Formats: sequence, C-alpha cells, structure tokens
Amino acid sequence: MKRFSPSQTFTDNQVTDEKVFQDRRRVLKSLGFVGAGTILSQSAHGFGWFDSEPEFEAKPLSFTPSEKFTTDEAKTPYAKVTSYNNFYEFGTGKDDPAERAKSFKTDPWTLRIDGLVKNPITLDYDAIMKQFAFEERIYRMRCVEAWSMVIPWVGFELNKLIQLASPLGSAKYVAFETLHDPKQMPGQRNPFIGGGIDYPYVEGLRLDEANHPLTLMATGVYGKTLPPQNGAPIRLVVPWKYGFKSIKSVVRITLTERQPPTTWNRLASNEYGFYANVNPKVAHPRWSQASERRITDGGVFNQQRIATRMFNGYDEVAPLYANMDLARYY
Amino acid sequence: MPFVKRLLSKPLALTPVQLLLFKAGLHALFLGYLIFLGWAAVTDNLGADPVKALIHSTGTSALNLLLLTLLISPLAKHLPFPSLMQCRRLIGIYVFVYALLHLTSYVSFELQFDWALIASEVIERPYITVGFIALLDLMLLTITSPMWVRRKMKRNWQRLHNSIYLIALLALVHFSWSRKTALQEPLLYWFIALVIMLPRFNYWFKRLTPRH
Repeated sequence: MKRFSPSQTFTDNQVTDEKVFQDRRRVLKSLGFVGAGTILSQSAHGFGWFDSEPEFEAKPLSFTPSEKFTTDEAKTPYAKVTSYNNFYEFGTGKDDPAERAKSFKTDPWTLRIDGLVKNPITLDYDAIMKQFAFEERIYRMRCVEAWSMVIPWVGFELNKLIQLASPLGSAKYVAFETLHDPKQMPGQRNPFIGGGIDYPYVEGLRLDEANHPLTLMATGVYGKTLPPQNGAPIRLVVPWKYGFKSIKSVVRITLTERQPPTTWNRLASNEYGFYANVNPKVAHPRWSQASERRITDGGVFNQQRIATRMFNGYDEVAPLYANMDLARYY
Repeated sequence: MPFVKRLLSKPLALTPVQLLLFKAGLHALFLGYLIFLGWAAVTDNLGADPVKALIHSTGTSALNLLLLTLLISPLAKHLPFPSLMQCRRLIGIYVFVYALLHLTSYVSFELQFDWALIASEVIERPYITVGFIALLDLMLLTITSPMWVRRKMKRNWQRLHNSIYLIALLALVHFSWSRKTALQEPLLYWFIALVIMLPRFNYWFKRLTPRH
C-alpha cells in the first residue's frame, strides 16, 4: 500500500526569497556593472516571445519520504535551488533559466522509452505523474564546477521505468535526450545564448548504472512539481555523478548496445568523460575537484568549503566500477 | 543642432574646482558600487551564490574599467574635452582595486584561505596563472602611477605603461578561458576591445609601413 503524506510545507523565507533575489539581480543589472552580457540578454527578452504566456506555478505532489535515501546535512533553500541553474537551453548564466523558462510548457509532454526493448512505451504528462509511486529523497548534488547543493527531490527509480519496457538482452547502455524545441528554448535558436553547444542535449549511462536504486527520475523538488529551470516535467538525478549527467526535461530514453554520445564529452572530451563520477582525485584540467563549496544560506562570510567525497559519498555504487581505472575512465 | 555645434567649436575645459568635483563623483560611483556589492555579499543578497556573484562582478567591473581607460585617449583626441585625460589615472587605479578585490574574494571566499589549494590553482591552472600575471602587471602600473615616479622613470615609464595592452589581452584570455564554452559573454568583450583598439592598430600599422 502506498502511504501518502502531505506535501512539504515551506517556511516564509523559502518561498519569498526567489522574488527578492530576482529584484536584487535587477538592481545589479541596472547599475550596468554586471557585464556586457546583459546587453545580449536584454535583446533576447526584447522579442517578447513569452510575454503573454502564463508563468509556471509549482503544484503539490503526493509522495512518501524515503527513510533510506536521506541526509541530515542542511538543505539548500528552495529559492537557491530554483534560481541557480545550469540549463544552457535557456542561457549560460546561472540565473538565465529561472528568468527565461518561466513560461516553458511542460504539459502536454511525451516521454518515449524505445530502442532495444520488447515493449516500447510512450508516456504522456498524466502517465508520468500518476503511474508511479513517488518518493522524496534528499540527495547531495555535486556540480563539475566545484559547488554543491543538498536537494529534496521527488520521483521514482529509473529501473521501474526500464522494467516496464522490458529491455532485450543485448541492451548495454541507456541514452537520454532533452526536448528540442527552439521556439521555446532560446539557447537552441541562438548559439550566443546557448553557449554554442549542439542540441538536443544528450546523456547516457551504462544499463547497470541506470538500474541502480540510487538513480532517480525526478518530477518534483521540495514536495512540488519541478520548476522549468530545474528540468520540468521530468529529469534524471544520478547523485554520485557530476550534475551535468542529470539531464533535464527528458523526452526520450533509448536502450542501446553501444555507449551513446554525451553532450559535454562531445564538446571537450579531455574535460568531461562519459562516466563523470564525482572523484576528488581526478582534477578538471582547469580546477581542482578535491573540495567543493556548499551552497546554503548565508553571505560570503558564512561559507563552507568541504572535502569532496568519492562518488559524492555514495559508496554503495563502488562495486559498479570494480577493476576499472577511474583516472582513465573519468 | 546649434548646441552640439557650440559644444564642438569650443573646448570644454573644466576649472580646477569642477575637475575636482568631477573626480569626486567618479570616486563616489566606483567606491559606492563596491560598498553596495560588499553589503549585498555579506548579507546574502547577491543571488543564490554570493561568492560567485562577488567574484564575477568585481572581475567584469575591472575589465569594464580597463576598456574605459583604453577608450579615453582616442576619445580625448576627437572630443573637445581635454579634462578627460586627467581622469584616466584615477580610473586606471580602480581597475587595479577591482582586480585585487576579484582575487581577494576568490582566495578568501571561494578557496577559504586554503593556501595549498591556492598555490596549486594559481600554478597549475593556466587561466588563473594568466589572470594572476595580469594582476601583477597592473600592480606595477599602479605603484608607478604617481607623477614623481613618472618623472624619475623618464622614458621607461611609457615603456612600462604600454604593457596595459598586454594586461588587456591577458584579462580577456583569462575571462574566456574561465568559461565552459566559447560562445559566451567574453566574446562580446573581445569584440568591444577590438573596436576600441582599431585607431591604435591603424596608427601602429602606419608607423610600421615604410613611406615611399
């Protein structure tokens, strides 16, 4: 039997912060010191594509809090989780996605599971939201840029979805693809907004990694549906890998025999590997990965820099990589 | 446009008092922005990651001011506003101040005074090495900025201060290199810098080509 609990309640500071953040950001920008890039972003807004569209509103979800997958570490406030995002489809600045994705359409949505499966499936928005029992899991999220957050996700294990499609014996890898919709995603229309990477964004896992109980398909954060900037309506969360592996706004999951191409690896293979396991011993060529700055409450005098842990502290995945040289397969 | 005509026909020379007030205004602007940044960074009012915001705003501001100093001499040549040149040193010193705070906030708030990590990052990461060299050079220019030092150094002063072009180049490389992809904000800075440098490129080119 499913046990339902009321959705997460928010403290005042968690809900009000975001608007205040955006206001202050505007003050900074109006002072004209933030950077010439603001000229670009202003012109991008000038087209007014989304102006008349309704803005995203988070809806409460039903879920069971996970007892196993949780942590006592201080959570990153909702306002920060939802205003500091890497989602180049909406711009390369951290606050671009929150600003530009406000009217991103997440319903209707189609998620296809195909490739080397007996039973290809297509899920629509309602199926995604109703077919699975949701769980809340509090995971650490370590970005390849050496910062980290602690985030309460809501979702279900990817292996449940893969099971539904019954993979063939020949399936060895799982490929993921983000929506490609240049009309809605300015970064896909304009390489100066999207950083010049190839779209759609693609990611991949080995089948055993995808089937690991830690690997989550998230539909919500802080007890409510995901905001667009966090990858609505459904995204991958692989907590022992760098954040870029956790692909957002997924429309297609394909089981394959060969290792699928992945966006950042394709762009700079010396900097971003296929595996991208969090590993303090393997430095990014341009910065150390030995430690990370945890993003929580507090100003610049209230920062914690903590040691980065192997597999981001999720030691249970170590057997997946037994006998593998993780300095070579980074 | 009689107003513009009159403005261009007669140089707008500021009286010493006006110049002083103008400079005071510049100080108020540059210091005021720093105070605002500092306040917002300390009270967690600088977006989700105040550390990154502080590092980025001091860095881009330093670069903005650097490009502004490079713009002053071509502007002063064409605009009847000779007092402009008298503000260049002031702005140049703020380039150093902002750049120094850029490094200071990286060392203190980002790396939390972890000296082993700081040393290895500065030496091993080329984009940080490049930025660090630019800052050291900027420091030399700032130290040699007083008039009496300038007089003492004679021709060597100009030689040393020509390295501002090298600093601009290093700063742009540092900025571009810090990003994960090439097509980002720094590209716009390269373009603006190129436009600002065009008159100088033209001048240098003419000096280098032999006359017939």
